[in-house]
Amino acid sequence: MLKIQIPTPLRQYAGKQAAVEVKGSTVAEALNSLVRLHPDLKRHLYTDDGKLRAFVNVYVNDEDIRYLEKEATQLKENDNISIVPSIAGGSREAGMNSRSARTLIRQMICPTVCCPACCCCQ
Amino acid sequence: MTRPAAKAGRVPAPGLRDGESRGGQGELGENPLERIGNTPLLRFTSLTEGRPRVEILGKAEWFNPGGSVKDRAAANIIAEARRAGRFGAGKILLDSTSGNTGIAYAMLGAAQRFPVTLCMPENVSIERKRIVEAYGANVIYSDPADGSDGAIRCARELYARNPQKYFYADQYSNDANWRAHYLTTANEIWQQTQGRISHFISMLGTSGTFMGTTRRLKELNPNIHCVSLQPDSPFHGIEGAKHMDAAIVPTIYDAQLADEDLKIATEDAYKMIKRLARTESVLVGISAAAAVVGCMQVAERLKRGQRATIVTILCDSGDKYLSERFWDE
Repeated sequence: MLKIQIPTPLRQYAGKQAAVEVKGSTVAEALNSLVRLHPDLKRHLYTDDGKLRAFVNVYVNDEDIRYLEKEATQLKENDNISIVPSIAGGSREAGMNSRSARTLIRQMICPTVCCPACCCCQ
Repeated sequence: MTRPAAKAGRVPAPGLRDGESRGGQGELGENPLERIGNTPLLRFTSLTEGRPRVEILGKAEWFNPGGSVKDRAAANIIAEARRAGRFGAGKILLDSTSGNTGIAYAMLGAAQRFPVTLCMPENVSIERKRIVEAYGANVIYSDPADGSDGAIRCARELYARNPQKYFYADQYSNDANWRAHYLTTANEIWQQTQGRISHFISMLGTSGTFMGTTRRLKELNPNIHCVSLQPDSPFHGIEGAKHMDAAIVPTIYDAQLADEDLKIATEDAYKMIKRLARTESVLVGISAAAAVVGCMQVAERLKRGQRATIVTILCDSGDKYLSERFWDE
């Protein structure tokens, strides 16, 4: 099974679930499976003529499908798909995820977030 | 073609009192505060062709030193907190932002030498990230899937852990936000249109721009029709805008204030950006384009021959959105 992570604003249209398990061998098939399970999602993800809306970014295991095979991107068992709004720019450039992880770790170690690069954050 | 509707009379900049404004147009400004506000009002003539009695005007807010309308709120939030003694020396300014307010805080922090920590959704544009970092702000990125609400929760958590350390500016709940527009934006519009304004239209984000401008305009002329705009879905691509039905609703938002509320599709905003660039030679940002879409919707409903001066806020320019995918579609 594949897992699609549902962004917070769309969970109300997906039975309030944070992730939905779907089937499909490509991103297009997985997303179709998702909107078949939760039809209320369709108008938020697709235009009336069936195209993915321009601000909808889809990632497969943190890779932007724009830089893979777009919606024809092949999927493997246990792949993790995320839907993220492009609220501007939107492209998660290489390294952003690890940076985010560093920020979270820093918050855990150094709860006051003392500075961008203090001794406990290095 | 776009042409200025009128030159702005001088309204004291946000955070400055009467008589404190020293930098007039064409003069040297000593600090960024003096260059906030008194932005040009642009007339979009191609949008009203065939309707000579209708004008659509937009405040070009990218003329503010931080490049957006948010300079006004940020400057007033800081000034009011300083005056009230809530933002003393040694405190770090903390807030959540989807970008433009963060840029304004970071710029003012650099100018006035105070530290700034911002919580921003990770998927704000790379341009915004680079700008706030250039000004020296510390940025905590929140989960992009949670949008601006995730950034709000991030700031609240940081503040709860160490309230002594921070001045939590909280633009979503801070009355100084809307008061900036009550004191400046509305009065500038009134002066620039010489009281002709018949409709005021603005996107909702924190709602400060709409709340403050509308409150003052209604005092000046209760018949001005004020329209708030929201994205048509909680999942959208209009940066800074909020779909109030599905979001953490800002405390400063009063839904009763608007005469009307319209929903705008992100795709229509994208089309309007291209249209304004090619027909009006003005490159606006996404929320500014969404606001112009709202103006067009209102203009199209007017009775034949009805006179109208429709004014909106062009929050920022298109510079920060050049990495968006819609340019290629």
